[in-house]
Amino acid sequence: MAGTHAENAHGAHGHDDHGHGQSGAGHATLGGYLTGFFLSIILTAIPFWIVMGDVFRSTSTAAVVLLVFAAVQIVVHMVYFLHMNSKSEGGWNMLAMIFTAVLVVITLAGSFWVMHHLNTNMMPGGAHDMQNMEGMRPAETPEPR
Amino acid sequence: MTPSPVEESVLFGRLSLNALPLHEPILVVTFAAVVLGGVAVLGALTYFRLWGYLWREWLTSIDHKKIGIMYVILGLVMLLRGFADALMMRLQQAMAFGGSEGYLPPHHYDQIFTAHGVIMIFFVAMPLVTGFMNYLVPLQIGARDVAFPFLNNFSFWMTASGAALVMASLFVGEFAATGWLAYPPLSGIAYSPGVGVDYYIWALQIAGVGTLLSGVNLIVTIVKMRAPGMSMMRMPVFTWTALCSNVLIVASFPVLTAALALLSLDRYVGTAFFTNDFGGSAMMYVNLIWIWGHPEVYILILPAFGIFSEVVATFCGKRLFGYASMVYATVVITILSYLVWLHHFFTMGSGASVNSFFGITTMIISIPTGAKIFNWLFTMYRGRIKFELPMLWTVSFMVTFVIGGMTGVLLAVPPADFVLHNSLFLIAHFHNVIIGGVLFGLFAGIAYWFPKVTGFRLDPFWGKVSFWSWTIGFYMAFMPVYVLGLMGVTRRMSKFDDPSLQIWFVIAALGAVLIAVGIGSFLLQIVVSFIKRETLKDVTGDPWNGRTLEWSTSSPPPDYNFAFTPVVHDLDAWHDMKKRGYVRPAGGFLPIHMPKNTWAGIVLAGISTVCGFALIWHIWWLAGASFLALVVTAITHTFNYDRDFHIPAATVTETEAERSRYLAAGV
Repeated sequence: MAGTHAENAHGAHGHDDHGHGQSGAGHATLGGYLTGFFLSIILTAIPFWIVMGDVFRSTSTAAVVLLVFAAVQIVVHMVYFLHMNSKSEGGWNMLAMIFTAVLVVITLAGSFWVMHHLNTNMMPGGAHDMQNMEGMRPAETPEPR
Repeated sequence: MTPSPVEESVLFGRLSLNALPLHEPILVVTFAAVVLGGVAVLGALTYFRLWGYLWREWLTSIDHKKIGIMYVILGLVMLLRGFADALMMRLQQAMAFGGSEGYLPPHHYDQIFTAHGVIMIFFVAMPLVTGFMNYLVPLQIGARDVAFPFLNNFSFWMTASGAALVMASLFVGEFAATGWLAYPPLSGIAYSPGVGVDYYIWALQIAGVGTLLSGVNLIVTIVKMRAPGMSMMRMPVFTWTALCSNVLIVASFPVLTAALALLSLDRYVGTAFFTNDFGGSAMMYVNLIWIWGHPEVYILILPAFGIFSEVVATFCGKRLFGYASMVYATVVITILSYLVWLHHFFTMGSGASVNSFFGITTMIISIPTGAKIFNWLFTMYRGRIKFELPMLWTVSFMVTFVIGGMTGVLLAVPPADFVLHNSLFLIAHFHNVIIGGVLFGLFAGIAYWFPKVTGFRLDPFWGKVSFWSWTIGFYMAFMPVYVLGLMGVTRRMSKFDDPSLQIWFVIAALGAVLIAVGIGSFLLQIVVSFIKRETLKDVTGDPWNGRTLEWSTSSPPPDYNFAFTPVVHDLDAWHDMKKRGYVRPAGGFLPIHMPKNTWAGIVLAGISTVCGFALIWHIWWLAGASFLALVVTAITHTFNYDRDFHIPAATVTETEAERSRYLAAGV
């Protein structure tokens, strides 16, 4: 693939790694894989139990809890299977990961916030209409100027 | 004029002879001219036996320098197309008053302003910026190529493939008539049943693959392949801005891809993501497209900021003032550019709290940007300023961009935006920052690095004619548009009722003509410089007394860029090397390991073009067959193990000795 190709073409010239100190991904161990494996099984089993056993009365609570478990699951995969830590590739992996997480949070949270407002204010047939648009509510009786 | 539903045949889908716009005289004449020109070019290539040369040296090349040049050529060619659209719009708007319909029917006019926006952003600004990054980044960091040379070639051809589809829409079928972001429900199948929006979608999706991959490629190159000693805080500012720009590309383009994919599902298989019915929300598309769209403008402007930084430092003979603050400002802009997207739709109904938040974040961006302007000014302060062409563009940029920035802050105030949104004031604002920022930056860059790329300088006379025509033309073309916007004239109108407005449109049209003179003199400048290339020759490789590593190579640089990887001890590495009395090594060269050219990029992109065309016209068998061919060709390519070769030490010695002779003769 292109990656190996570049490695061949340039590795010999010593462009790589200088000034980075650390390089390469973290080391994989059998214990690490097993820990990750069991953690992810547990983190999958609990959500199944939550849904199938109707543990929470409100489905939206259940959905939120499920999302939290999913987020933890992502972290487990990152750490145990993708060997993410603060040192691999001289810290670049962690930096990229934090940047991505920040952007995903901004995008998702922002979109939820914006779309919630737009839904409430603008969608026809919703619970509200333009009159209730936050901050734009016209005075009940227009005051004479 | 909505095209009536067309019968679909199995063999040709929606494509039939009716798709040729024979009823539009403007298009027929254009088509005839293009065919004649095309035949002439192809004939010349055959006559001078250039096909083999083109194929071996350019089309299949994985040399980052040649790919960079091809990107710039693509961008300039498309600039001519996009500018032709602009001239047509200016002419139409200057004519269509007092009952006159102008010369363009509304449906045609709508396609023109859509094509103008799409082409100028995706196929002019993006290829030019990517071309600069491709050419310069490896040279500036002391590398021999980018991290993934084949991927680089593939990225370029995918971008070219998208451009080809947009150009095809001119003569086969039609282009979108929706505005450059194709908002649904207008772009949905109910209101745009023709092929226009499909051309839009597939051109952007195919070009988007190229953009994303080239973003990945350049990030890896910058992070992994810097010369020894070049820590992050010793990178040239242009490389820093290229890094941030590519980070933005990688983080934001997937959002565009997803939004367009959802839109195509709505159009092709009848889903209801953005429709009016069945619970769809067109507002979600607007939200998603601007999550990509706002970072996109910073993708374009950041590298331009980098170019200005290099130019200012070189032509003032000083180290750039506040290097660290420049880097931090760039990084802050990178992050903030993700926090402002809603300012593109303040009036869609989000309410006060959301609008205030995004209004304030938008105004905050002007702080790091202002810091950059002050850094450039302080670099000029007490510098030995040489007002060569690149520096002229830079000064003009600083004045123009500040005006554009201030109208931007004005638009960032939500109550003001309720008055100004969708008006010509907005149009004037973004042309002010894109022309005054990105385009002036690219022209400064072309004038600055042209001797490095070709081995001879650009003729200053025609450059100055071009510069003054562009600068005066810009103000003449867009200041009236600001005025019109403040008077409440909305964008995308093909005719007007109020005759008192006409004079402003006439002035703007004359400004556009002046810009046309600017483009003409720029092309003339290149021709004249080529004719006078012996007198304008750059033998030193360092005609401006440059400060960064690309000026340590010959002009044009050898295939391998650097015979030995340079070792960096300071910011402005080449300046530091010159100061310490650097002597070029004359011997002891080793064979240099380089990647081989490959056919795969252009072939894969060619198949993608066919696939895109088939999807646009609903020629399902061809779409399936070409997709299969795409996968098979890609897999076949992975079995090609013959991908690298060595430049023998003797060749390197010979190349370097020739440069030594040149240098000795030049002194």
